[in-house]
Amino acid sequence: MFSKKHFCFYILAGILVLLYSSTIAYGASEQFKGKIYNTGILKPVDSKTKLKVGMKAPDFTLPSVSGEKVSLSKFLGKKNVVISFVPAAWTPVCSDQWPGYNIAKSLFEKNAAVLIGITVDNIPTLFAWTKEMGELWFPVLSDFYPHGSVAKKYGVLRSSGTTERALFVIDKKGIIRYIDVHDINSRPGLETLMKELEKLEK
Amino acid sequence: MNKSNMRALTVIISMLFFVFQAYAVEQTPAKGEAFPNITLPFPEKADEKEYLGLTGKGSFKIPQIKAELIILEIFSMYCPYCQKEAPNLNELYQIINKREDLKNKIRIIGVGAGNNLFEVDVFRNQYNIQFPLFSDESYSVHKSVGEVRTPYFFVIKNTGDKKNTIIYSKVGSIQDPKQFLDMILEESGMK
Repeated sequence: MFSKKHFCFYILAGILVLLYSSTIAYGASEQFKGKIYNTGILKPVDSKTKLKVGMKAPDFTLPSVSGEKVSLSKFLGKKNVVISFVPAAWTPVCSDQWPGYNIAKSLFEKNAAVLIGITVDNIPTLFAWTKEMGELWFPVLSDFYPHGSVAKKYGVLRSSGTTERALFVIDKKGIIRYIDVHDINSRPGLETLMKELEKLEK
Repeated sequence: MNKSNMRALTVIISMLFFVFQAYAVEQTPAKGEAFPNITLPFPEKADEKEYLGLTGKGSFKIPQIKAELIILEIFSMYCPYCQKEAPNLNELYQIINKREDLKNKIRIIGVGAGNNLFEVDVFRNQYNIQFPLFSDESYSVHKSVGEVRTPYFFVIKNTGDKKNTIIYSKVGSIQDPKQFLDMILEESGMK
């Protein structure tokens, strides 16, 4: 049974959450005006990956928005790879993260790196969403069915069925060199990622 | 103090904190109003300093810019709309620069909401932007203009004596740069 004190506590906590969520600065782009579903503030991280720096990155093959299937192993011995898992299409933060990477192509290339974007959304959803971002230079893969199987392999599938906002840097030998399972509510800095890429063999 | 009193106190203190935060975000200033008294760091590059007519070190305020009109864009390198708008704004910069009667009277600056210097540089290099861009990593400028969506454009008329008036305050593309220039010249009484 709720005591009166408890009841007051929950009411106050509710007001607090409302006030807090109204003060979050997304710096949202006008591009997505009225199309972004507000998720509110989510639990920062809701999974625990077993992968560690120095381990071999699990291989996978997934369909991409452009139609071809993309396997991680195809870059083995050729390119460093950045895998960017983002939680879901049409949500805040995610809708700004890839457009930023999209104008940083030369920085990836300088470090002999390719970028692979992955979400658990289906292809038509990803098609419509990424269209809003303009022409993307990197492949966007759908981990829709079997649902989140690659995210699960990487230990970044959340209990809600979306993924973490996570970055994996994999070198040419297929070894994981950097893992950032980021707070889902904020965007990982591009500068940090580039510093990690600079450490790799070109 | 017992446990529930402690909890109540914590809640009240945090509520006050967040209420304060909520009010820290200002309304977006409209046409006819004065532009908020924001502070920006001096640009490091000498030519950018010269472009803005600034001398000295540290930080400066908008009315210190030596110009009759200041076009201020709130952007983000992560914003696709701002990316699309970049060449358009470059064109506006070129048009103004070629007009002998205007090139010393109008200045363009950009403020990158939530962007650090590295991110602002990525944006500058990608689009070869010639006018000064500033980092607003802590969103402090963004908050003082009411957390506008990006890109957002203000045109500010310096009216002397450290005063200014906004003559344009709108979200989204400036559309055709020539027509935009004509319109702000008209609004400012410079035409």
